[in-house]
Amino acid sequence: MSLEEMYRQVILDHYRNPRHSGRLEHPDAHAEGDNPLCGDEISLDVAVDGDVVGDIRIIGKGCSISQASASMMAEAVVGKSIGEIRELAHRFKVMLEIEEGDAGIDPERPGAVLGDLEALQGVRRFPVRIKCADLPWVTLAEALDGLAPQ
Amino acid sequence: MTDLSRLRSDFPVLARKVNGKPLIYLDSAATTQKPVQVLDAMDTFYRQHNSNVHRGGHSLAVEATDLYEGARAKIAKFINAASPGEVVFTRGTTNGINTIAYGWALYRLGEGDRILLTSMEHHANMVPWQLVTRHTGAELVYLPFTDGYLVDTSRLDEVLDERVKIVAISGMSNVLGTIGPVTEVAAAARTVGALVVVDAAQRVPHIPTDVQKMDIDFLAFGAHKMLGPTGVGALWGRPERLEEMEPAEGGGEMIRDVHLYESTWAEVPQKFEAGTPPIAEAIGFGAAVDYLSAVGMETVRQHEMDVAGYALERLSEIPDLTVYGPIDLKQRGGVISFTLADIHPHDLATILDDHGIAVRAGHHCARPLHRVLDIPATARASFYIYNIREEVDTLVDALQEARRLFGVA
Repeated sequence: MSLEEMYRQVILDHYRNPRHSGRLEHPDAHAEGDNPLCGDEISLDVAVDGDVVGDIRIIGKGCSISQASASMMAEAVVGKSIGEIRELAHRFKVMLEIEEGDAGIDPERPGAVLGDLEALQGVRRFPVRIKCADLPWVTLAEALDGLAPQ
Repeated sequence: MTDLSRLRSDFPVLARKVNGKPLIYLDSAATTQKPVQVLDAMDTFYRQHNSNVHRGGHSLAVEATDLYEGARAKIAKFINAASPGEVVFTRGTTNGINTIAYGWALYRLGEGDRILLTSMEHHANMVPWQLVTRHTGAELVYLPFTDGYLVDTSRLDEVLDERVKIVAISGMSNVLGTIGPVTEVAAAARTVGALVVVDAAQRVPHIPTDVQKMDIDFLAFGAHKMLGPTGVGALWGRPERLEEMEPAEGGGEMIRDVHLYESTWAEVPQKFEAGTPPIAEAIGFGAAVDYLSAVGMETVRQHEMDVAGYALERLSEIPDLTVYGPIDLKQRGGVISFTLADIHPHDLATILDDHGIAVRAGHHCARPLHRVLDIPATARASFYIYNIREEVDTLVDALQEARRLFGVA
């Protein structure tokens, strides 16, 4: 695994053109996360419709990995149920070797399971950067945990 | 040009590889590497002389005390203090500044008093004074810096008046490399009767220092940024200031006599050294000072100007690279902070690390400074006596590689 594999084109694209950027006027949940060691910041608004995340908006600053991860996460979770999102978060963390389990990624079909998120696989070879990739997911979990029970 | 490359073999860590590449250590502003002479001094202490100091009548205790006090004398000579008794062992620069804040400022400042700092200070020369303002009601005022990254002494009269009781200034910025205008600021401080404190963490290791020529009251620095171990530092104080200062910490070693409800203090400097000190580290500090003295601080300074000058010249070849700090080598040390296009400093640090190059990325314990610059973080390459021009060339190649990886046109 090399630098080329970490800094894939798709990561740089999300870094420079973050999806779902901005704020929601009436969010159902909000959370802020930061990584004091390196200064990465994520501020995220979530709108839910029943059990489904209808929209998400993110404002952040920091390194390419944290900001690309946030953008990819936003794309991946909109339209999914909270249960599905928790499962996706687990697979993502397994991919980065933060959690134990089976990410279910098929090496023969790159992107088939986690979409663009699979591009972040290369980060696991750079231990100090794993926290950067995980920050948006930690922040999203905090926002979802803060939702009133449905 | 000074050639110090012969010294490199004294530093065992420089022989190792990182990510398959020879280590290029450009993070000496965070902490420096240690020569075998320092490692051996500490090892020999533990193997041959280990004992507590200033107590016990046995031979090892006498040897340990002699080595410890001998280190104090070496450090005093290194900064040309008039007497070893003017040097207090601390845990480091931060601890030294806190010793002044809690031993002097806390007892003497009150409502209406002011402490003058510059906006380029390290947190270590900012937060202790903030704590003092909380306890005393005194307030902080700041001297800004110019577009050329120099402390703006032309604005001294706006912030310096009789209300200012302490002026605390960096001897050299750990981000910008700017050499603090200590002489000029101290002279101005004297006109209003303010005490002058110098945060010399980045100055004593890099520039010849003579406290008898500086009209200041306190100078704080640490061992680990000048080839010594972590956990020990020195606070030089003008004798009358040390006499009138209260101890910030109480305990063993620092007392003359103890009764149930009150105590009297030991003489300066023991008054400020409560508890068992870091003895091996103090001895290592003495060995570090011996090493730097043998090289010669004028030579150290010349070498750093050479390497930093070469680095500034080579970095200027890289498009989209911005250096934050003075360009004139006479005004700066070997700390070079920069950004490159839209590549975040942490990404830069990762890419450089893959080439075996250690730099620091972040705010370098100077968030207010970065707010003034309006950037969240910088990458910082900092040089010391063991760095060579060839390492700068590798740094420049790696930065070009970063541009390619990030597709910076």
